[in-house]
Amino acid sequence: MAERERRQAPPYGGVFAPRTRVMDSDDVQRAVWRMAHEIIEANQGIDDVVLVGLQTGGLPIADALASALASIGGHEVLVGSIDVAFYRDDIGLRPVLPEAVTHIPWPLDGRTVVLCDDVLFTGRTIRAALNALSDYGRPRAVQLAVMIDRGHRELPIRPDFVGKNLPTRRDEVVDVHSDGVDLGEMIR
Amino acid sequence: MTAHRHLLDIADLGGRAGIDEVMRLTDSFVEVSERPIPRVPALRGKTLAWLFYEDSTRTRLSFETAAKRLSADTMNFSVSSSSVKKGESLRDTAKTIEAMGIDAIVVRHASAGAPHRIARWVDASVVNAGDGWHEHPTQALLDCYTIRQHRGDLAGQRIAIVGDIKHSRVARSDVWAFTAMGAEVVLVAPPTLLPPSLDGWPVKVSHRIDEVLPTVDVVYLLRMQRERMTEALVPSLREYTATFGLTNQRVELLRDDAMVMHPGPMNRGVEIAAEVADLPRSVILDQVRNGVAVRMAVLYLLLGAGTDRVPEVPPPTPEPLAPTLELPRA
Repeated sequence: MAERERRQAPPYGGVFAPRTRVMDSDDVQRAVWRMAHEIIEANQGIDDVVLVGLQTGGLPIADALASALASIGGHEVLVGSIDVAFYRDDIGLRPVLPEAVTHIPWPLDGRTVVLCDDVLFTGRTIRAALNALSDYGRPRAVQLAVMIDRGHRELPIRPDFVGKNLPTRRDEVVDVHSDGVDLGEMIR
Repeated sequence: MTAHRHLLDIADLGGRAGIDEVMRLTDSFVEVSERPIPRVPALRGKTLAWLFYEDSTRTRLSFETAAKRLSADTMNFSVSSSSVKKGESLRDTAKTIEAMGIDAIVVRHASAGAPHRIARWVDASVVNAGDGWHEHPTQALLDCYTIRQHRGDLAGQRIAIVGDIKHSRVARSDVWAFTAMGAEVVLVAPPTLLPPSLDGWPVKVSHRIDEVLPTVDVVYLLRMQRERMTEALVPSLREYTATFGLTNQRVELLRDDAMVMHPGPMNRGVEIAAEVADLPRSVILDQVRNGVAVRMAVLYLLLGAGTDRVPEVPPPTPEPLAPTLELPRA
């Protein structure tokens, strides 16, 4: 789920009711492999590529991409995690607490960072992540890989690697989980 | 998550769940403090004021560092160079500071309850940085965090608090915080340095430090607060050291894994022997280091997270339809 949607889910509010299965686990796996190939193609290899998953939905995506990259590219890539709670623009408007500790134990200078998230919605979380990354160093480039791009951007941000473009209504909710991707609504 | 507005005493956090929340948040701020640029924009645009009616180095510097790392602005108010010298009351001082557009006031005062009074007078958040003999909640939180860092959990730990319990706000906050987290607390002091009544305190009491030391996981030493002692409570500091100080001989009684803690400032040679403070088992500098992250967590909890002022963004109202033109019929 996008960050905005996650904070409508427990413990803050409603219950997610899935309506349509958009991708099953095989579809997700195929998308991961294709995105891994695209990452290698775009960067001419994975020598300087590190993956950073956004807490918490982006971590499984980052891990899946990392294992795909390792088996295609022949060696392991570094995987970190980042929590952007302290960089959000809605602090003070609603409860914003970090979900987990940020873990980027290596310098980012000169490397290509691929930010990984499950759902790209308004782009505000990615904006916060870009600000956070700049506090860790100066990456050579930052790219964005998302499993679902559901539109409704509020900032000039676009993904570099997309699992699936999914046109949605604004009030719908996309849930990426281990068995696939569901489209549904939040019931209050 | 409950929305907090003030941190006046440990009870404000509502027991173990609230303290755990601060601990969890502190983990994230410890990570922030280890970054190449240890600063996040979380409290950008917020202004904090220090209202310190008592001397303090570490608490004030620690709060100052915490606020800076959260990108908050700070205003310094030192009593010695202010209108308090001209006879301004506590209420007028607090109201004046608030009128300048302050989001939070961090108060240290020699009288117990002063921060509670201020909290009733102003709309800003109030953080108690020590009031008289009453409480010093951020110190207790950083003590909890330090023990948790070394032991994983406070539950089941046996902690001896040794020394001048009577005058110690740190001891009071620590007793409530440690026991809320499931630790067992033993107070060790001569009867003259214990509070007149311990009714309702969830603690055991001992007057013999040599019997307690071999049984504890943590020994927490308190400073002999000579500035608060108006009567002769111990015959002499040398006698106190001989009977209750953690001397080089006594430290041998501790179990190998037992930790030594002290809230500072230390009187080396009085409650703690000079060499003991530098032993590997002493985590006194860890306490100071964690103090910054814990205070960041507290300030963020009060000012950043959990303020439910705008719970939901209302859906955009549809554009009113343009009035339909009456076309003249042909």
